Amino acid sequence: MKKVSTVFLTVLMALFFAGNYAVAQGVDADLIGKEAPAFNLKNIDGKMVSLDNYKSSKGAIVIFTCNHCPYSKMYEDRIVALDGKFKAQGYPVVAINPNDPATYAEDSFDQMKKRAKKKGFTFPYLVDETQGIAKAYAATRTPHVYLLENAGGKFVVRYVGAIDDNAQDAKAVSSKFLEDAIAKLSAGQAPDPSQTKAVGCGIKWKAAAAN
Amino acid sequence: MQLSIRWSGFFFAVALVCCGRVAAQKPAFIHMSDVAAWDLADNDTLYVLNFWATWCKPCVAEMPYFDQVQKEMEGQKVKVIFISMDFRSDYEKRLVPFVAKKKFHSQIVLLDEPKYNDWIDKVSTTWSGAIPATLIVQHSKGIRAFHEGEYTYETLKSQIDSLIQR
Repeated sequence: MKKVSTVFLTVLMALFFAGNYAVAQGVDADLIGKEAPAFNLKNIDGKMVSLDNYKSSKGAIVIFTCNHCPYSKMYEDRIVALDGKFKAQGYPVVAINPNDPATYAEDSFDQMKKRAKKKGFTFPYLVDETQGIAKAYAATRTPHVYLLENAGGKFVVRYVGAIDDNAQDAKAVSSKFLEDAIAKLSAGQAPDPSQTKAVGCGIKWKAAAAN
Repeated sequence: MQLSIRWSGFFFAVALVCCGRVAAQKPAFIHMSDVAAWDLADNDTLYVLNFWATWCKPCVAEMPYFDQVQKEMEGQKVKVIFISMDFRSDYEKRLVPFVAKKKFHSQIVLLDEPKYNDWIDKVSTTWSGAIPATLIVQHSKGIRAFHEGEYTYETLKSQIDSLIQR
């Protein structure tokens, strides 16, 4: 009897894993290969930063992130390291906080300045006050990463998703999705996968704009 | 570090065996195979699987609605399971005290699967990975409804009411 139920369960598992395997879907996939939405947002130093500032770069790593979210915190050091490694290679990091600070005071503009200073951010940390840019990118969570390629002055989205495959433990990472995607771009190839997913904090939308 | 996690897991397992009452207040560590077993259960239970974390305000805000539905539908084949996305390292520090404080009726577990990209699409290809997120499923009836985002009590109750009548 027990054996029968074990076999049955195994068959169920097999069906489950086979049946639910789908190709990249959803809004992230829709954006890949398309022109990246332009932005002009206020940095923590008070200056405006837009994609036009990166015309001489090969691309940019746009990361929607914030202060309060534990997943974002887990990645802060890794994001600093990414900028350290890839800015020189033509792919600088641009961080954008899309959260409504009404939900978490920790995500306010003042707190952004403090956090950036404390963690030694070497890249712009922009505030998306209207949340319009997060919406244009169809970002849903923090962190949510967009790798852009500068194709003759036009920025094109080449990869969307996670930085790597283990938020909880940097030492246990086995796939560095974003770094692999940059390596592919540098070699003139399309990133594969071009889309990955990660559990993240849902972006805290403003009440009036909530659906 | 890795070793100490293993050891704490070992002691937890020992505690589970020898002191059932204490362990009963502690959320179990589960894997995707457990989620799959609910997802594909060939029985007459409607499973309401809510993905949340202790630090996630909108998640914590909607949990009482789920728990209330669970309580109200006592005797009916509805099973709410709160699937925590808390980090393994936060288990004792955050999750256990939270569970003790909230005294929810519904089952609470910790999904110990840190490689998110390997399994998010198995819950739903439409899930971006943001929490809260909820999967309502009854395999035997072909019911499988996924929702990314929050619920109000009313929307949750009416959805479950309509699904259970199918």
